[in-house]
Amino acid sequence: MVAVTPLLTTRRLSKSFGGLRAVHLVDFTLPEGQIRALIGPNGAGKTTFVGLLCGRLSADDGEIRFLGEDVTRLPAHQRIRRGMAYTFQITSIFARLTLLENVALALRRRLHGKSAQVRAEAMRALEQVGLAGRAAQIAGDLSYGHQRLLEIAMGLAQAPRLLILDEPTQGLADSEIDDFKALIGAVAGQTTILLIEHNMDVVMQTAQFITVMDGGQVLAEGTPEAVKANAAVQAAYLGTA
Amino acid sequence: MSETAKSLAFHGAVVALLVALHFALPAYHHGNLARIMVLAVYAMGFNVLFGYSGLLSLGHAMFFAAGMYGLGLPMQHLGLAAAPALLCGVLAALALGAAVGFLALRTTGVAFMIVTLMFSQAVFLTILYFGEYTRGDEGFVIAQASRAIAGVDLSDSANRYFAALAIFAVGLAVTLRLIHTPFGRVLIAIRENEERTRMLGYDVFAHKLGAVVASAALSGLSGAAYALLFGYAGATFASVQYSIFPLLWVLLGGAGTIIGPFIGTVFMFYLIDISSGLTSAYMLIAGAVLVALTLFARQGLVGELRRRVMPWLP
Ligand SMILES: Nc1ncnc2c1ncn2[C@@H]1O[C@H](COP(=O)(O)OP(=O)(O)OP(=O)(O)O)[C@@H](O)[C@H]1O
Ligand SMILES: [Mg+2]
Repeated sequence: MVAVTPLLTTRRLSKSFGGLRAVHLVDFTLPEGQIRALIGPNGAGKTTFVGLLCGRLSADDGEIRFLGEDVTRLPAHQRIRRGMAYTFQITSIFARLTLLENVALALRRRLHGKSAQVRAEAMRALEQVGLAGRAAQIAGDLSYGHQRLLEIAMGLAQAPRLLILDEPTQGLADSEIDDFKALIGAVAGQTTILLIEHNMDVVMQTAQFITVMDGGQVLAEGTPEAVKANAAVQAAYLGTA
Repeated sequence: MSETAKSLAFHGAVVALLVALHFALPAYHHGNLARIMVLAVYAMGFNVLFGYSGLLSLGHAMFFAAGMYGLGLPMQHLGLAAAPALLCGVLAALALGAAVGFLALRTTGVAFMIVTLMFSQAVFLTILYFGEYTRGDEGFVIAQASRAIAGVDLSDSANRYFAALAIFAVGLAVTLRLIHTPFGRVLIAIRENEERTRMLGYDVFAHKLGAVVASAALSGLSGAAYALLFGYAGATFASVQYSIFPLLWVLLGGAGTIIGPFIGTVFMFYLIDISSGLTSAYMLIAGAVLVALTLFARQGLVGELRRRVMPWLP
């Protein structure tokens, strides 16, 4: 058997803000096809870490390899073109454009603007998150939860190799969270997912593997069961109650 | 009717109306309208950058002037014919747009405004410096005999009107087409949310540069046509005042609308025309009306129209 190159690896990845080591010497490996949860207390460095991966932030030090290629110095848009998709922790959509146009923008680059196909695939992505009936609405008029779903639809529409979701369930109602879990189940296998998530229910039910960060470093890694049982993780994050 | 069909019908009707006005207007307003149609193309060019891409330049007069002198100087000194000179004017503005865009787009927001203002001042001073050829502030008249394309005398008022209308229609068609292309859609996306656009994999810098070049080319077309149709090129057209005009026209008419720049140019032209007939303090009246409009019609005249009655207007 040939050794499979992982989809993404980082080596000694670091980023400081002033004196604050937000991400410090992180070694990380993500195999293709996996659903990986990234958890950790507030300020652990999760958003900063994924920001480094997709190029929103530039690394101070270390290396990022994606699909076997060193992407550490590539600008964000070129990393996205190589197959990353990113949804923001603070919802970021085109608030004054329609839902359809929001998703179409996510698609056109890949489909080279073929408008009939763009439209069909945009509707399909909206259907996946249950927003197809609102395609003609202005995105800014949606409820907060629906805006989050729209952003996920924009992520899916890109047909990424790696989908990075930064706290996608934040602000969603319970029923919407159930839908989200079902959605992740449905796209599992088609794409690799890196999921930052505070809701432990969601993590335990969707993730195949978990990375725990604290203070800018990787504190522990393992299967959901192993992480749950890990005493250091409990102390840092889950609470020892 | 689909929205596209409505929009085509609407803008077609505007052009048809302008054809009809040729036969209906008295000479004075007929001449004004020819001038306004040419200047509206300048406003449309400005609108591509400001209204659709969200980039505020305070130095667009340099592109207008590049078109004007790009046409005027080779006609005056090299005896170039009008048609190639028109092309030369557009290309001069386009090249200047590429160079200025490449440098100025390294900045954003207020810095971008200042850098474009500075480049424009540099162009203005260059025109004055080479006064031997440009005749500086005084400017130069383009010989009437040379102002003809394919045997059509463009100094004749009817011909001039239709030439202005043709250029106006080109500006309208280009901007209308542009905003429906994938490229134009990305410009709107950048205006709405630059970071999101970048994180969808679009090269924001390249798209903005494309917007500056398109905007400069349209502004240059206007400048070149203005010199050709009205027979004069002068440094005033490169001054700060001429960088502020398109901003006012576009704000008044409605930024990010296709017909807004034209409506704003008409409005401003007649606002000054009428108020200067009433008092020497006409800028005061113009200023008061501008303030009122920004208070009560924030999205400009056409922007308000779109918001209230014609939501399909592009
Ligand atoms: N742009 C920035 N400038 C300065 N400090 C920053 C910046 N971004 C993040 N930080 C700091 O870096 C640390 C890590 O922040 P980060 O947002 O990565 O944490 P997080 O794990 O995503 O937290 P949360 O769960 O609250 O989203 C925090 O202390 C934060 O205050
Ligand atoms: Mg975060």
